[in-house]
Amino acid sequence: MHDITLVVNGVPREVRVPARRLLSDCLRHDLGLTGTHVGCEHGVCGACTVLLDGEPIRSCLTFAVTVSGREITTVEGLGADGPSPVQRAFAECHGLQCGFCTPGFLCTTTAFLRDNPAPTDEEVLEGISGNLCRCTGYQNIIKSVHRAAELLAEESS
Amino acid sequence: MTTKLFGEPVRRREDARLIAGQGRYLDDLGQHALAAAFVRSPHAHARITGINVDAALEVDGLVAIYTWEDLPPGVAEPLPLLIPHPALTHGRTAYPLARDIVRHVGEPIVMVVAVDRYVAEDVCDLIEVSYEFLKPVVGVEAAVSGAHLVHEDVPDNIGAHLVQEVAAKDGRSAAEAIAAAPHTLSFRLDIERSACMPLEGKGVYARWDADDQSLRVYSSTQTSTSVRMALAAKLGIPLPKVEVIAPDVGGGFGVKIVHPWPEEVLVPWAARLLNRELKWTEDRREHFISSAHERAQVQHVKVGFDDEGRVLGLSVEILHDHGAYTPYGIIVPIITSTQLLGPYKIGAYRVEFSSVYTNTVQVTPYRGAGRPQGVFCMERTMDKIAAFLGKDRTDVRAANFIQPDEFPYDQGMIFQDGRPLIYDSGDYPESLRKLKELIGWDEFPALQEVARAEGRRIGIGIGCYVEGTGVGPYEGGHVQITSDGRVHVSTGLTSQGQGHETVFAQIAATELGVPIERVSVVTGDTRRFGYAVGTFASRAAVMSGNAIALACRKVREKALRVAADALEADPRDLEITDGMVHVVGSPSAAIPLATVAVLSNPLRYAFDEEAKRATQFAGSADMNRPPVAEGEEPGLEGKDYYSPIRSTFASGMHAAIVETDPDTAEIRILRYAVVHDCGKMINPMLVEGQIHGGVAQGVGGALYEKMAYDDHGQLLNASFMDFLMPYATEIPRIETDHLETPSPLNPLGIKGAGEAGVIPVASVIAGAIENAEGFPIDRMPISPSELHELRVRPA
Ligand code: FES
Ligand code: FES
Repeated sequence: MHDITLVVNGVPREVRVPARRLLSDCLRHDLGLTGTHVGCEHGVCGACTVLLDGEPIRSCLTFAVTVSGREITTVEGLGADGPSPVQRAFAECHGLQCGFCTPGFLCTTTAFLRDNPAPTDEEVLEGISGNLCRCTGYQNIIKSVHRAAELLAEESS
Repeated sequence: MTTKLFGEPVRRREDARLIAGQGRYLDDLGQHALAAAFVRSPHAHARITGINVDAALEVDGLVAIYTWEDLPPGVAEPLPLLIPHPALTHGRTAYPLARDIVRHVGEPIVMVVAVDRYVAEDVCDLIEVSYEFLKPVVGVEAAVSGAHLVHEDVPDNIGAHLVQEVAAKDGRSAAEAIAAAPHTLSFRLDIERSACMPLEGKGVYARWDADDQSLRVYSSTQTSTSVRMALAAKLGIPLPKVEVIAPDVGGGFGVKIVHPWPEEVLVPWAARLLNRELKWTEDRREHFISSAHERAQVQHVKVGFDDEGRVLGLSVEILHDHGAYTPYGIIVPIITSTQLLGPYKIGAYRVEFSSVYTNTVQVTPYRGAGRPQGVFCMERTMDKIAAFLGKDRTDVRAANFIQPDEFPYDQGMIFQDGRPLIYDSGDYPESLRKLKELIGWDEFPALQEVARAEGRRIGIGIGCYVEGTGVGPYEGGHVQITSDGRVHVSTGLTSQGQGHETVFAQIAATELGVPIERVSVVTGDTRRFGYAVGTFASRAAVMSGNAIALACRKVREKALRVAADALEADPRDLEITDGMVHVVGSPSAAIPLATVAVLSNPLRYAFDEEAKRATQFAGSADMNRPPVAEGEEPGLEGKDYYSPIRSTFASGMHAAIVETDPDTAEIRILRYAVVHDCGKMINPMLVEGQIHGGVAQGVGGALYEKMAYDDHGQLLNASFMDFLMPYATEIPRIETDHLETPSPLNPLGIKGAGEAGVIPVASVIAGAIENAEGFPIDRMPISPSELHELRVRPA
């Protein structure tokens, strides 16, 4: 067993885990942050995406012990007071149906728009092309990403 | 806030929690529950000769190991055959844990309970099962050869055989009509296996309350009421002591309507036995090899037609692969056989299917449920007729359409609900007109010429369908207005992302005249509503939507009665706006629904200020009447059911333009257009969302997804790495237009919309590729390498 500290959504959390504990399981079942979802556990669907020091990673392909001391942002930490612009945009544009893939898309989009605040259609497609959604057909997710870019621009102006 | 919300693109009320990571999906519950895992068969067909658990017993954290022998009567029996049918003469279902023989890779053999899933899987790895191999049967044609049997007592592996025949108006049979027709064609079509693949797999979490002797089960299911009945029966617990709840469900698309799954019986059983909370969450590999698939069929088609392309006789023979077991009966091939007819009136029709066993995962409905195969058949037929006659493909379709003045139109068959296949309404010529305009059908040949001159291959395809939606037998709705003015709506069927909390709230707010913010909706929780059928067959909005509307109307009537007494007015002069009951045209004579709720429940005890008004010394009562009049009930609530005479038939038409690469044979969809008619739309934004999602699944089925079984019955692509589900990069932008032909069958005039998007996609894409390439496309899906093979194949 290993004692590790994860800084999750700005709060240092101490947890004791076996070496094989996946970060996704650690977040969900040791820390009770069940917003991070697990759709495949083999790195393809992106539902488990969280931000590690700001960069999107697959938490199902990461052992919790390997990220001790690092900053992790989960869907629960995306909004400061109420939902973030990215979260609001998904609700506004009907960018989710069952909502199972949504936390992964929200984390991915948050990092994507930080690096590319005014993306083209092509770039948006590329930006979300590592996340699977079985419900929406993606059209409204693409719309949501563009709308989020607008909301972020409004917010920073 | 306006209260006329029916028909508006109201934003979803489920989203606030889902975007915040506050959804409650199955595996988010029961954080301290024990975990179950299963040893599953690695072989497609084998006899179990021994199970050795010795090494497993040493593992720290192990709680229990169960095999079939450990199961009590009831639990040990085969799972129910949910939909019996006289033609299903050899229906077979699985035991919850295999008894003696395994019939597909993935069949559960041993259940392990441990402190967590990691430990449970460690234990599974140490359990040794020995087998004597039996010959696997893979593929429908191998199955009907009868060389080897999936079930020893099912000859030729045929579970069901059904013939339906509708004679022509002049009494001729399909065979006679085809023989006498000016032109005939015959061909074979092949459709591969795919699967629902919701991003959240199945899962069950059970809590036994030993003090109360009651069971609460959470399941990621499409039918909590029916799981409840099954559990009460299997476990011998009185029904009122069992509750089943579908929490947030991460997609269903059909696979979660099947029940009870082995795990759905075993987990609650073991939770009670151990008196511990117990949970099982399906992982992705388990979902691939032990849930359900659909689609696979081989079809042999014969058609006779005249010079206009009018079909005079059609004969279709279908071999339907239903996998190792038939828990869901023969619903899928029945739907294929009946919905194959689409928007057309054809002369004489004969359809015959054999539903056969193979040593593969069982086949049960996946969104579309047999319709994509039927539509593939009919639409390929229309294209072939057009090609033969040198006619425009849309003209051939138009020549066969049922006309708007011919409704109700009786197709002369029996539909999946056991009732006559009678279309209630529709306007197919108008749909076609809109679609041609949307995609630019008439301008396409010029475009194609230009592209060809540039060395590019583009093609256009079209597909039409009719979808029976809103199948019975019934759904119910319960509506209660409490003394705080809140409206609580519940219905028994479940939600998997459709937005029921929103659309049912829209209906209730509109019917009752209250702000939507005051309405809350609960689905799939048997504590709130016990009688229901479930969510499938594009039925939720039609069935529960109408039931809720009817329940609201009862409540509204009562509210007006009670308010009329208080306002000393005639109920007929009252209306409700923004939660206030008032005299029409005189807003000052008004009373809030909250107060009406108080007054509707004569009280002895006051629990707050508002409640005092209804107590016995408040002085408002009429001393000549009992406090609760005869035929009345206390409280402002109502319940009603909607049970349709038969299904309502939605329809639609899709068209696509594709480009195929002359060198690599890569297939790209350049444009995709949809015209859709689901009657009155409750929320057009959500209807569009359903269409987008359906089309995306259709594209998967047309170009990418198949279950690759080898001859040994091993599923070679049981992961998201190898089973190619489309990402955003594979899905075109979908252009939509709508028609709203109301259904005359229900009070709201609505038809179902959930499955529509997926239904014609494979036929549309096949037609477009065929148009680009100039040779027939008769199987789906089609990959670039398959297209390449077709190109180089000797003609
Ligand atoms: S769960 Fe991590 S990528 Fe699918
Ligand atoms: S919303 Fe259901 S998987 Fe994306």
